Amino acid sequence: MSSTQISTSLAVSENGFLFLPTTGETFTVNETGRFILRRLQEGREQQEIISSLIDEFDVEPVDAQRDVLDFIGQLRQYHLTDTQ
Amino acid sequence: MDKKKYERPVILKQQSGLMNKFGSATSTQPMTDIEGVPVAELAAAYGSPLFVLSEKKMRDTQQQCQRIFRSRYPKVQFAWSYKTNYMNAVCSIFHSEGSWAEVVSEFEFDRARHLGVRGEHIIFNGPAKSAAALEKAVRAHSKIHIDHFDELYELIEITTSLGLKADVAIRVNVDVGIYPKWDRFGFNYENGEAREALKRIAASKTLRIVGLHMHIGTYIMSTEPFRVAVSKLVALANWLKQQLAIDLDYIDVGGGLPSHNTLKGQYLQADETLPALEQFADAITAPLFELESHGDAMPTLILESGRALVDGAGYLISTVLAVKRLSDGKRAYVIDAGINLLFTSLWYKHKMVPAQPTGVMREQANIYGPLCMNIDCIQEDASVPALKKGDRVVLMNVGAYTMTQWMQFITFRPAIVLITADGSPHVIRKAESLEYVMSLEEIPPSLRSLSA
Ligand SMILES: Cc1ncc(COP(=O)(O)O)c(C=O)c1O
Repeated sequence: MSSTQISTSLAVSENGFLFLPTTGETFTVNETGRFILRRLQEGREQQEIISSLIDEFDVEPVDAQRDVLDFIGQLRQYHLTDTQ
Repeated sequence: MDKKKYERPVILKQQSGLMNKFGSATSTQPMTDIEGVPVAELAAAYGSPLFVLSEKKMRDTQQQCQRIFRSRYPKVQFAWSYKTNYMNAVCSIFHSEGSWAEVVSEFEFDRARHLGVRGEHIIFNGPAKSAAALEKAVRAHSKIHIDHFDELYELIEITTSLGLKADVAIRVNVDVGIYPKWDRFGFNYENGEAREALKRIAASKTLRIVGLHMHIGTYIMSTEPFRVAVSKLVALANWLKQQLAIDLDYIDVGGGLPSHNTLKGQYLQADETLPALEQFADAITAPLFELESHGDAMPTLILESGRALVDGAGYLISTVLAVKRLSDGKRAYVIDAGINLLFTSLWYKHKMVPAQPTGVMREQANIYGPLCMNIDCIQEDASVPALKKGDRVVLMNVGAYTMTQWMQFITFRPAIVLITADGSPHVIRKAESLEYVMSLEEIPPSLRSLSA
């Protein structure tokens, strides 16, 4: 399974505020988004993130699977991932 | 250990410095019930999508309108605009509040008669009344609002051959500075056509002029056009009195008052920009006091309000069928209610509220209906909290021009449920079935074997 590289310069605050110094763009992210983002930054595999999401939150496995992929899509949309 | 409450992960880009083009902050309060009946129960019992109407809302709104107008002018009569919503149950509610019927076709005329509306309490408008329909209206002593000269002459012929008299008004179109001009209905005021028509009617032996009618447009967003238009009708009424010694029974100012929906292209919510109903009532009633003496009796003010009375009483329960992302990453939803049910979404941004609690973060999303057609978009760039497949949503202010303008296209038309004043739901129109839809069709004998 793949892992997704997050832009190294992305700064994430504890309250869900994101800042990308290279462009000056700011973002907000909700709790589950922050949970996933933090793990992506740690270099975790997608499957591992999905499992920990299921452990931590009240969510069905299929929903977690779909939503994590969707969230990575959102990050890509905002160019917050490093393209290899 | 209890797990944390889950909300779909969302990341949103902040658009600092820009005005929020999606309008004012709207609350994330879910709408879990309609008039005390849980949305989930309604959908489970009657299916999704589902139109739901509130009797209480209709009555409250109608009574409030009556109070506002009656406190400004002594004689006010409402006439329910059938085309806005002619479900029998809905018409019955407005009739029981004292409203007459305002119809624009033989079909609507027959509906009103079927409900037991007295002929003289039916106002017959429209540019396309058939000879048969006119004859019916004459026999029923309905008030016929003449649209054009051909109709005027036809009506003279019909009444003469029946040996009956008819009470008539003319529809007058006036320039009120609204673009596009609504000059395709009725006789024009400014160019003298309306006076010519009135002279012709006055000269006939069978037609009696009892009123003047206008309807300047729909969803009028300011009060001035009403003031201008009513002033012109009053000037015409005064001319009738002076030149032809005719006292009118009524002045009918039509409909056109806005509902609480927000129009497409409007950034602010309708309620933040529209004048209050009281201000519209001031603009409509003030010029009436310029009417020259009508003996003891002032003419009755007739209002044919449609959307302002019923839009807010209508809800459409729908279900999220899919959560998607478009090629540019934008969020999109497919819901089970489309343009086939909400023709009005072509010009309105119908407010869509989740029917269950959601997170507080909102995304900009396109809301698509279920039709496999590119036109089937309920709203672009709606601001919605994260929803998932199976979630219910409620589309608001959908009581007007939906249940009459909906299409049987690609799929069935759903049931309509009325929550009556005692809080209990009743089906007032069943969901369509394949047998119902196909009951009007025939296959020619030569094709029958092919369908085996
Ligand atoms: C003659 C006439 N009266 C009344 C109405 C009701 O209008 P509204 O829904 O804008 O109040 C209409 C609707 O177009 C109409 O054509």
